[in-house]
Formats: sequence, C-alpha cells, structure tokens
Amino acid sequence: MTIIGWAQIAAIFALVFVCVKPLGLYMAGVFSNEVTFLSPVIAPVERAFYRLAGVNPAQEEGWRSYTIAMLVFNATGFVFLYVLMRLQGVLPLNPQGFSAVAPDLAFNTAISFVTNTNWQAYGGETTMSHLVQMAGLTVQNFLSAATGIALALVLVRALARSGARTVGNFWVDVTRATLYLLLPFSLVVALAYVATGLPQTLLGSIDVTTLEGAKQTLALGPVASQEAIKQLGTNGGGFFNVNAAHPFENATAISNMISIWAMLVISAALPITFGRMVGDDRQGWGLLAAMLVILIAGVGFAYWAEANGNPLLTALGVDQIAGNMEGKEVRFGTAMSALYAAVTTGLSCGAVNSMHDSFTPLGGLVPLVLIQLGEVLPGGVGSGLYGMLVFAIVAVFIAGLMVGRTPEYLGKKIEAREMKLAMLALLILPFAILGFSAIAVMLPKALESLANSGPHGLSEILYAYSSATGNNGSAFAGLSANTPWYNMTLGIAMLLGRFAYVVPVMAMAGALAGKVRGTASEGTFPTHTVLFVALLVGTILIVAGLEFFPAVALGPIVEHFQMLAGKTF
Amino acid sequence: MARKSTVSAITDPALILRATGDSFRKLDPRTLMKNPVIFVTEVVAVVVTLLLVRDIAFGHPVLFTAQIAAWLWFTVLFANFAEAIAEGRGRAQAETLRRTRTETRAKRLLMPGNNELVQGVEAADLHVGDLIRVDANEVIPVDGEIVEGIASVNEAAVTGESAPVIRESGGDRSAVTGGTTVISDWLIVRVTASQGSSFLDRMIALVEGAERQKTPNELALSILLSGMTLIFLIAVVTLWPLASYSGTVLSITVLVALLVTLIPTTIGGLLSAIGIAGMDRLLKFNVMAMSGRAVEAAGDVDTLLLDKTGTITFGNRMASEIIPVPGISEREAADAALLASLADETAEGRSIVALVVEKSGAGGVQRSDQMQFVEFSATTRLSGVDIGPRKLRKGAIDAVLRFARENGGETPDTAAFRAAHERIARSGGTPLGLVENGKLLGVIHLKDVVKPDIKERFAEMRKMGIRTVMVTGDNPVTAAAIASEAGVDDFIAEATPEDKLRYIREEQAKGRLIAMCGDGTNDAPALAQADVGVAMQTGTQAAREAGNMVDLDSDPTKLIEVVEIGKQLLMTRGSLTTFSIANDVAKYFAIIPALFIATYPELSALNVMQLATPQSAILSAVIFNALIIVALIPLALKGVTYRPIGAAAVLRRNLVIYGLGGLIVPFAGIKLVDLIVNALHLA
Repeated sequence: MTIIGWAQIAAIFALVFVCVKPLGLYMAGVFSNEVTFLSPVIAPVERAFYRLAGVNPAQEEGWRSYTIAMLVFNATGFVFLYVLMRLQGVLPLNPQGFSAVAPDLAFNTAISFVTNTNWQAYGGETTMSHLVQMAGLTVQNFLSAATGIALALVLVRALARSGARTVGNFWVDVTRATLYLLLPFSLVVALAYVATGLPQTLLGSIDVTTLEGAKQTLALGPVASQEAIKQLGTNGGGFFNVNAAHPFENATAISNMISIWAMLVISAALPITFGRMVGDDRQGWGLLAAMLVILIAGVGFAYWAEANGNPLLTALGVDQIAGNMEGKEVRFGTAMSALYAAVTTGLSCGAVNSMHDSFTPLGGLVPLVLIQLGEVLPGGVGSGLYGMLVFAIVAVFIAGLMVGRTPEYLGKKIEAREMKLAMLALLILPFAILGFSAIAVMLPKALESLANSGPHGLSEILYAYSSATGNNGSAFAGLSANTPWYNMTLGIAMLLGRFAYVVPVMAMAGALAGKVRGTASEGTFPTHTVLFVALLVGTILIVAGLEFFPAVALGPIVEHFQMLAGKTF
Repeated sequence: MARKSTVSAITDPALILRATGDSFRKLDPRTLMKNPVIFVTEVVAVVVTLLLVRDIAFGHPVLFTAQIAAWLWFTVLFANFAEAIAEGRGRAQAETLRRTRTETRAKRLLMPGNNELVQGVEAADLHVGDLIRVDANEVIPVDGEIVEGIASVNEAAVTGESAPVIRESGGDRSAVTGGTTVISDWLIVRVTASQGSSFLDRMIALVEGAERQKTPNELALSILLSGMTLIFLIAVVTLWPLASYSGTVLSITVLVALLVTLIPTTIGGLLSAIGIAGMDRLLKFNVMAMSGRAVEAAGDVDTLLLDKTGTITFGNRMASEIIPVPGISEREAADAALLASLADETAEGRSIVALVVEKSGAGGVQRSDQMQFVEFSATTRLSGVDIGPRKLRKGAIDAVLRFARENGGETPDTAAFRAAHERIARSGGTPLGLVENGKLLGVIHLKDVVKPDIKERFAEMRKMGIRTVMVTGDNPVTAAAIASEAGVDDFIAEATPEDKLRYIREEQAKGRLIAMCGDGTNDAPALAQADVGVAMQTGTQAAREAGNMVDLDSDPTKLIEVVEIGKQLLMTRGSLTTFSIANDVAKYFAIIPALFIATYPELSALNVMQLATPQSAILSAVIFNALIIVALIPLALKGVTYRPIGAAAVLRRNLVIYGLGGLIVPFAGIKLVDLIVNALHLA
C-alpha cells in the first residue's frame, strides 16, 4: 500500500462527502414536490408528461396501489426490452447487423436491466445493436434507478408521516427522479466523460491500421451517455464486454475518479434526504456512517490484499512491487482497482474496472461479502436506503428492548407485522444465493461452465448468484454464464432479489405509515449516535453476514490459506 | 405483605423437583410447537436419536452421536425447565390463594327491600344481579357491589393485608370481593360476577399462567427468532452440497449440531420464563396485571398521571405557620388557634395543635368544663370553642369574615388580613382564618406536604423519558405551587374525570402511552382509556373492571414501580436476545474448521480456540449451547438490573455487557468445555 494510493482513495471519498449534503437536501426538496432551481425548465415538461399519461400529480396512493403500479411499470419495461432484443435484427440502428438475441439470453438481460442489476451474460459490443443499447438498455438504466429511488421514498415517507394512509404517487416519484435528478446529472457527467476522451457517436466501429501496420476494428458507439447513467444509477451494465476496464469506457485516472464518484454520490446522499424528510438530519448521517464504516473497511482490506500481491508469484521471482496486477489496468493500479471493486459491490452497481476473478483470494472475498451483506453499503440508488432501513429496524428490534421499551424506530413501534415482513425480505438473499449455488454445484451441466475447480470454482458460482440476487451485476469472470441454466436461474435470482425483497418492504412501509409517530424522549432508543452506528454495523455483520460464513469459508477463505500453503488449482 | 413469604426461592428442592418433572411433560410436541426454536431443536434431536439407533443396530461407533443426541435433548429439557420453574413459582402462589377460597353458602334475599327474608343457597347457584345478605364472621361468597349497609371487612385473602377495611354502600368503597370476610355489622350485596369468573378466580388463573398468551412484543420476537432459525436452516441445508462439491461428506449429526448451535436457542428457551417472571415480580409487589400486555405497556409508558393526594403529597394538609394580624401577638394567635382546635379531631385540627405545642408549648391552655366546643358543620363551615363570652372560631376565610361581621359589626385591619391569606393561597397553601367574636386574630397556613424524596423519584423518571403529570382538584394557583415543589412536568388543576379522559386522549393522539391509577367509579372511563390503568383494590367494582392492573395494597405511589418493573422485563428480554445472537460468532469459529479440516487442513487457521479435535469442538459447542440456558435461568427470573440513567446510558451499559459479553463469553466457555471433554476422554 502506498501513500499515493491512500491519498487517491481519500480524495474520492472527500469529493463524495462534500456533495452528499447539498445533493441530499436537493433530493429532499425534489421528492417533497418543492420548487427547485431546475423547476423553471423542467416543470412544464413534467406537467406535460402527467397530462399525457393522465396522472393527477396531487393524488397520492396507499402502499398497495403504489406497489402494483411499480410492478406493472416494471413488467411492461421487461416485455418491451425482451421484444426489442428479439427483434433487433429487423429494426434500424443496427450498423453491425447483429441478429436476434437468443431467448434465454434476452430473458436474462431484460430482467437484468429492469431490476437494476445489469448482469451481462453477453459482450455488449458484439451482441447488442445501438437501438437496443439506447432505446432499451439505457432507458431501463434510467427507469430502474428511478424505480429504486421511488421505492425508498415510500419507506422514508412511511417513517416520516404519522397515521398516514398514503405513501406518495409512483408516477410522480419516477417522473421527478428521472427529470430532476438522473437526466440532468447524466448530462453533466456524460459531458465530463467526453472531456476525458470517451467516445459519443452513432458510428458502429472503425477500422484502423495500427503502428505495426495491422488492421484493427475498434468498436464505438454512444458510450459516454450510457456510461453516465450506468454509474449514476448504479446500473453497472457496460457498453463493452470488459466494462470500465475498457479504455473507451474509462479512459484515464480522471474518468475513473468521475466513475467512482458518480456511482457513490446519489446512494450516499439518499440517507441525507431521508434524514431531512423525517425531520432529523442526524438520523441520515447515522445511517450513512454505518454504510461507510463497512465500505471503507472493505476498501482497506481489499487494497491491503491486492497490494501484498500473491506470495506464490513472488516466490517465482515475479516483481510484485505494484501488488497483484493480474487482471488490473496499469492506468488504475491496485488502489483504484480495490476501491472500484469495493465500491461497485458495496453499491450494487456492478461496473468493474478490473477482473475480480484475478484478485487474491481475500481481495476477491471483499466484493463477494459486500454483496452478500445485502447491498446496503451504501447500496443501489434507493434499494440501498430501503435495505439499510430494514437493517436499522431489525437492529432496533433486537437491541431496542435493552432500554426498557418495546422497540421503536423514529417513534414508530416495531411490532409483529413489521418483523414478519422484515424477516421475509431478509430471507430472500440466503434463499436465492445459497439455494441456487447448492443446486448448481450438484449439476454437472452447471459445473461445465467453470473455468476453475476447487474453492475458486465455488467462489465463481457463489459470486454469480450473489451478484444476481443482490442486483449487483458484476461478474467474477471465470464462469461462462451464457448458458440456458445460468441465464434462467440467474434471471430468477435477480427477480427474487429485487421484487420478492421489495414487496414485503412495501407492505412494511404501509404498516408503518399508518402508525402514530411518537415523540422522542430521554427514554427512547437513540438511533443517531455512534453507539447505534456500531450496533447497526454489528447487526449487518451478524444477521446478514454470518449465514454465508460456511459457504465463504469453503470458497475464498480456504483458498487464501491454501495459497499461503502453496497450493494451486 | 403476607404473600411475599410464600414465594419460593428457585433453589427450593420441591420446586426444582416439580419443574424437572414438568420439563419432561413439556416435551409433548403439541405444546412445544408454540416455541418454534425449541421445537426445531426437538425435531432434530429426534432425527439424531434415530441415527443413533441405526448406528447401534449396525454396530458403528456411537460415542459421538450418542453424546450429541443426549445434549440436544438436554437443550430442549433445559428450555422446558426454565419455563417450568417460572410457572412453578406462580403455582405455589395460586395454591395459597386457592386455600382461602372455600365452598360457601349464601343468603339470598327473597324480596328486594326486605333484608330479613332470606333463603340459603349454594354460592354456585347465585346469578348476577341477585341480592344477598352477609353477616359478621361470614365469608362473602362472590364479587359484588354493596347496596346497603356498612361493615368492616377482612380482605387478607386477596391482599395479604390483615387489617380490616371499611366497606359501605355508595361512594368509592362499595365493591366487595368473593373470599373476603365480614368482621362486623352486615351488608346487602348485589352479585356482579358469577362463581368461576370472580376476582379471586381470575387471580388464580393469572398467577398459574393458565390464561397466558404471548404478548405483542413476545410475538414479534418469536417471529424474529423463527426467521433467524429459517435463515440458518437454509445455510445448513445448503452446506451439504457445497461441502460435497468441496470433497467433504458431512454427516447429518454434525449438520444438526451446527444448526442447533446457530439458531437462537438461548433466548428461545428463556423467552416465556422471562415473561412469567415479570408478572411474578409485579405480584410480589402486590400488583396484579390482568395480562402480560399490560406489563409490557408499563415499560413503554411516556406519561404518568398521578393523583396529587396520597401520591405526591401526604393525604392531609398540615398547619405550617400561624400569622397574626398587626396588634395581636404571636402568643395570642397561637393560643387562640390551639383553643379553637382542641376538640378538632380532623387531621388538620390535630396538626394545628401539634404545631403550636411544638413551637411554643401548650402554655396554660388546657381543656376545662367551661369550654363549649363547636363542631364543624357544612352550613357554617367553622369550628371552635365558646369560653364564656369568648367565641373563638377558625375556618374558611369567607366564613370567618362573615362570622366577624355578625359578631362585631366591624372588621378591623382587613388589609393585613387579606395580604396574609392571599400570600398563603398564592404559595399553594390553604389559609384558615382565626377570629374571636368580631375581631380577626390571624391566619393559619395549612399546607399540602409533598412527600420526601418524591422530587428525586420524578427526576429519575424524567431521565428515563417519562413525564409526570399531577392531577388535582385544587385551583390552578395552588396546583402550580405544589407542582413546582414536587417537580412534576405538568399538572391538571380543577380536574374532573372528563378532564383526565380528555388529557389521556390528547396525549395518546401524539403517540404517547399513558399510565394512571384510580379508584372511583368516575375514574373508570379514564382507567379504561389509559394504556396502563392501575385500579386500587379498595376501589369500586367499575374501576377494578376498567383497569388492566389491580394494586392490592391500594397505594397509588406504586405506579412508579410498576413502570420500572415493566422496563426491567423488556430489558431482560432484549439483553438475552442480544446475547443469544452475539453467541453465534464463536460457535462458527468452533464448528466450521472442525467440519472441513479433513478436506482442507489449512482451515485449522480458523480454529482460534485451539480446540483439541474436530469432534470435541463440535461437542463442546453443543454442550456450551445447552448449558448457557441453565446458566441464564436465574438472570431470566430475576431480571437485569434496572437503573434510571437514561436510555442512551442504559443502552451503552447493556450493549457492553450482553452484546460484547455475548461475543466473548462463548469463546472462553467453549474452550473450557473442550478442556473438560478432553480431560474426560469423551471425544
């Protein structure tokens, strides 16, 4: 580890930290339907949309109709995307002349983009037409992110309001998230990317003659624009197969910095929005602190593991002064690769600028564990916040009794119904991750996709199902996932991870919204102190982390000890 | 209190013997099903036992499986034992109560209005609404409301207090309880509850835990524990294929061991014992909670509505000073006050005598035959003495002024007199005028005396986030003065029952939980509306029906302790939950390396406790898991220490003890068990 490496990491976190408060408060304004500095430009457009869709923006709905609207909206998005991919061969804007996407891959990809996962079982530049990329995938990049934010808002409002029957209007929330937040910010970030050298063109590819005189085809396309929302919306689905390791997706150290900043900033600012909307900023800072404590620990651990390199290679006389550089870009180095890996998995983004499969066992353990902890550190846009709130509620429930009152969070009593729904949500991750992995390791067909045997192979399978269920989308590589088995099961895992998780959370929000919000006193459980942050971190590690310990012990952990013992596979 | 001594200690051999028997009876899966965590433990214990039978049949080595099976059964039995011992203590109390309930005959009035014409019937044949006559030395057969008569009643059967109390028709002392005995005089009682549903019956049922249902918080906690059990079930079931991919074939026995150590058996086993013990603690305090829900609510209370009289102040006002008007010496005024109060047997009158005697001695004042005492009457509102031509009177200010006008025409120096009584009124006291014929002598200051230490108690309450509100019939000025002296947060002056009800509703609308106590029929609506309503045993039937707790000692101050006991119950539950969940970390470090060490010897790096062999590691974790339940039974019954230091400080303290302790203790415990297991060559 070097001082420069740490300085880069610190600089990016500082940059995020500076933006968190203004952005958080801006979002609080946007989602409280206040007038913002963008209103003069956007409000007329917004009103036009409502008129077009026949939506009355003043009319709020209960959690049920809100959730149904969300499901219908996403189902429609899925069908549209699936059809688009199946028909891309006969549709325009297909300069490379790609044929229809196979049914299982189209199913997997459509779910992947609707659920904000962006798991890519295909290479973008060799599979998808520009039309699919722009009208299909990029559109879903916006809408799935906006959906996530909308869902988080429901839980925030449920906690903020007292004895309320409504939790907001889904169409208004999605529209405002897109128009006031995602679109303008993407515009700015896309321009910044173009400035760092990312292509933005409708050309398919160009042929060039290299210095050696060889012919090479360079894939091009509207990269910068897709890259912007890919990061801001924690989507992570790259234009190119190798994602942000590709020089056209992530050209320089500066573009790398922008990428990390862009994927962190909205998710990190949402807790501040939450704090403002529930009327106590400290609550938001507390949640953010818990998120960042684990995230920064993960970054540090991964950086340490990668900077130390692989002792087996050192023994062979390989120079590892720069750390474990296998699968990493020289322009990023170990510090920025470790940071990117931890942030992208703590965030449920899934963009990668290095190959996680090539990390040292412990370096690779970090992204795996960060996903398994529930994608709340700070998680995907919206999904991270509602996931974290579920953990906060569970933490309050477990330890809250210790102050001699029945548990309450922000003055709302946590009772049997809330607990039932929270546990239902928490069950999804172990159920899908461990369940599918356990089936996969018993199926010879599924094992054929593995590039490695032994613990590393197990890590690859575990990572795939964790990434899908956590709606992360990053790949450990090493697993050839474009097979019917993986396309189908990973698709189902993504569906479960998003919707089977969020529907109970919405029901919980409905139950919480209706409760009268008590006032805090000296006797109530404080949920903004350092102590609570520690408790929350402990709860996440024990309740969400421990269940994966046996599986992880058989994967990266044993691999690490075997590496130390000099064993390879 | 008589009953306190009947509560057995948990070391009582008879109690332990009986609880041990009960632990086996509770193995019935139908009853155990109510406790999902322990039920799962029983199911896997059966599975391992079947495997053991198979192993014996096939002649496989059985030492390890047999021990695991035995300790799994112990885990279930220990959990049952915890519940049984908590119930056993209540049962002993119920038996004491039952002994007092005897089969009685009743005298039913044949014609309402004729108190002599009665018919002897079995108590069981009485119906609600029947009128019965109870004479001296007869046991009142059922609960009822006195319609006629006044009698002293011994209520020791219910309250444990042997001093008889007065019960009379009308007013707030008209309820009688079945099983209590009339000592003198007679009563005509209207039956309000049929036998079997009387107060005593309900009390026995409650104490025995027959009516026990899971409280809302217990229910929510069970859901959390079931959810965690399910999560760990998934983790353990999927571990088999993952391990076999890695080249390890795990036996069902070790998977079961892993499962049972991970699921929260500690809190699962102790949960109901904690709840029963909480009710039990209240009962030892002579407060009967009608449901566990009420005890839980007590812990959540945000606002305490306290009656001023008897709770915040002593029941009676006392004389604190005598202010003479100009021209009258202190001695003259004191003597006059003494004379006017000599025959006054009210507490106020006696306090005047006591004040004068204490301050300046009785002087020459003595009772004599020439003194003609005038008793207080509602029309004159004066009392005093006539000694020849001297007419000494004391009483309310306006009454004294009227008396002076009637007797002397003139009212000398009203300005100084008015200044004195107004000052007293402003300070929250009650001024009592002193007059001799037409001449005003001075003002006696009667003061509400705030109980010592009550201010500190309220400060403690405030630290726990509880607001105290004083309810009084006094005018706002008086109320404000007493409120500030006692240190309450708010007060309701000139309170009517409707005011109380309105106040409770307003507070509840703000999401606050309210506790109050009351005894009168007009308190009933407020008692029913309050989240915790403590009715006084001496109160009316209506009040006792409306509240969700009954204080057998009829001491309104106890509301504070009731809240503390509620908090302690919740704290105990939370602390043991946290402890139980934190325990899992160490168990993983014991079992996981042990499971895979054959395939991956490198994983011995995770064996941080340096446990001797894989088998001893697994066995030690299971043994520790079972023994910790027994070790924590005393804490579950006694409850964690309650300190009024504010939620943040309480949380810090309990989190360190039970959270951090829960992380560390099992590392040491499992290591210790492992040493013993190996010393005995058990694995």
